[in-house]
Amino acid sequence: MNNRKDAMHCVSLTLHEAHALLQNKQASSVELTTAVFEQIEKIEDKVRAYITLTKEEALDQAREADKKIKAGNAGSLTGVPIAIKDNMCTKGTLTTCASKILYNYIPPYNATVVDKLKAAGAVIIGKTNMDEFAMGSSTENSAMHVTHNPCDLKCVPGGSSGGSAAAVAADECFAALGSDTGGSIRQPASFCGVVGLKPTYGRVSRYGLVAFASSLDQIGPLTKDVTDSAIMLNAISGYDSQDSTSVNIETPDFKKALINDVKGLKIGIIKEVLGKGIDESVKKSIKEAVKIFEKLGAKVFEVSMPTYEYAVATYYIIAPSEASSNLSRYDGVKYGLRTEGGVTSPRLHKKDLMSMYFKTRQEGFGPEVKRRIMIGTYTLSAGYYDAFYLKALKARTLMKQDFDKAFSKVDVLISPTAPSVAFKIGEKVSDPLSMYISDIATIPVNLAGLPAISIPCGMDGNLPVGLQIIGKAFDEAAILRAAYSFEQNTEWHRKRPKT
Amino acid sequence: MHINVEHIARLARLGLSDKEKELFEKQLSSILGYAETINRLETSGVEPTSHAIPMKNVLREDKAVPCEDVEAILKNAPEEEDHMFKVPRIIENE
Repeated sequence: MNNRKDAMHCVSLTLHEAHALLQNKQASSVELTTAVFEQIEKIEDKVRAYITLTKEEALDQAREADKKIKAGNAGSLTGVPIAIKDNMCTKGTLTTCASKILYNYIPPYNATVVDKLKAAGAVIIGKTNMDEFAMGSSTENSAMHVTHNPCDLKCVPGGSSGGSAAAVAADECFAALGSDTGGSIRQPASFCGVVGLKPTYGRVSRYGLVAFASSLDQIGPLTKDVTDSAIMLNAISGYDSQDSTSVNIETPDFKKALINDVKGLKIGIIKEVLGKGIDESVKKSIKEAVKIFEKLGAKVFEVSMPTYEYAVATYYIIAPSEASSNLSRYDGVKYGLRTEGGVTSPRLHKKDLMSMYFKTRQEGFGPEVKRRIMIGTYTLSAGYYDAFYLKALKARTLMKQDFDKAFSKVDVLISPTAPSVAFKIGEKVSDPLSMYISDIATIPVNLAGLPAISIPCGMDGNLPVGLQIIGKAFDEAAILRAAYSFEQNTEWHRKRPKT
Repeated sequence: MHINVEHIARLARLGLSDKEKELFEKQLSSILGYAETINRLETSGVEPTSHAIPMKNVLREDKAVPCEDVEAILKNAPEEEDHMFKVPRIIENE
């Protein structure tokens, strides 16, 4: 790499293109990493995708990577700069979950996914912004700052992995990890015009992912194209004895699923998320996507999912219930914020320890986290457990049965990823319920534990529209193949923000 | 739908300002009211699903393994003394 023009150009490459550049010795990892930090310097004031940047450590890792490349020992990610959502533990590097309650937390260990990325040779450049504890759909619930959508700075990047999606879209990294509990990888991918994949529950270890709703959380990649998604999934998948919900199943080579051919593929289009409540521009893009699949030889059927109308309600019982339990660990004793003094309830004035719990949690959690702790505590409390929590678990069974029925007839299901394109910053903050309802297309997938990918499939002005492709459990290969075929026959993934 | 916000906050060990109490009472009754729509689903005889992928309990071998770096763990403690987490007084003075 000889001049600055090359440096500016190389940040816009995909991960696999950047990897090839390194392998062909056209650039070094130090040059590539330096170029990414120059891009961050240039654009981060406007986008604000990161909470923490680790430039010195990244350059050290880049120098190591260059040695490995020189020695011919490169792995699938060697030397490529990658970002991590700030709810995954990074040994020695601040991990805040975008919460005041973890403002100073330095993990003593790496999440399994971080170890795996490092083993594959990745250069970790920083930790991305998110909704506090991954609770939200806009990244506005971060206690740190608001992230702006690189496609339109007045709009949200989506959430909760909004920092990861924005960083990928703005060429501030070649790929990023996110986590998805109800759509938190796919919806920001849709809003920022990148590719976001939520693997099957159990495919990727959650060890070291700060828990939000343990039966729904799953880590996955945000990337510039489908090929990169397969490469990242290869790197992070696999059984881990440290996560008891990790499934001991063989990891196929997902790059082999990148086949540009959908002839005879049976695609179900979900009727319930193509009607009321879905923006016209989104519907139009999805209908055009269907035409492309049909032209490529796929057979598209309309599929009805009668339980979809109850999915958001079910989710907003189950997820807060699990969260209220998971977040009880933030008590001001072992890590993070502690606030003492002051009496918050007259009934507790004699108990110093109690007072510390109340005060620490009052000061440490933001409004959305408090709201969900309250909802979950209510739905698990005596007298309401059966009516809410148990009822929701039964509803979850019915939702899973809907998917089983659909997948007995089709290979993959498609729908919009979100009912709209990115909305304006501030537009929905005062109405939590309307924010929740916008997760309608992504939530059922988490409840059923299935894999799904969001890929760009259209534009409304400057703002991208996302197409969601859902697969059977552990059949990521089918959704990657469908997504890859669509991508190879369209240009939407090449539309990069002008910011 | 009426929700006793103070009672729930006490169960959750969560301090709330008067303003938060007022706001949450309104928002929680609207959110939980919406959540109640699942009552329209017929679920008699339906088994509950806690994990979508079949799970069984996993036990590791009952063998002592070294702890993570104790110093690094304790460094995160708001207050620490002699390798122990320190908390405010629990037992009241007579």
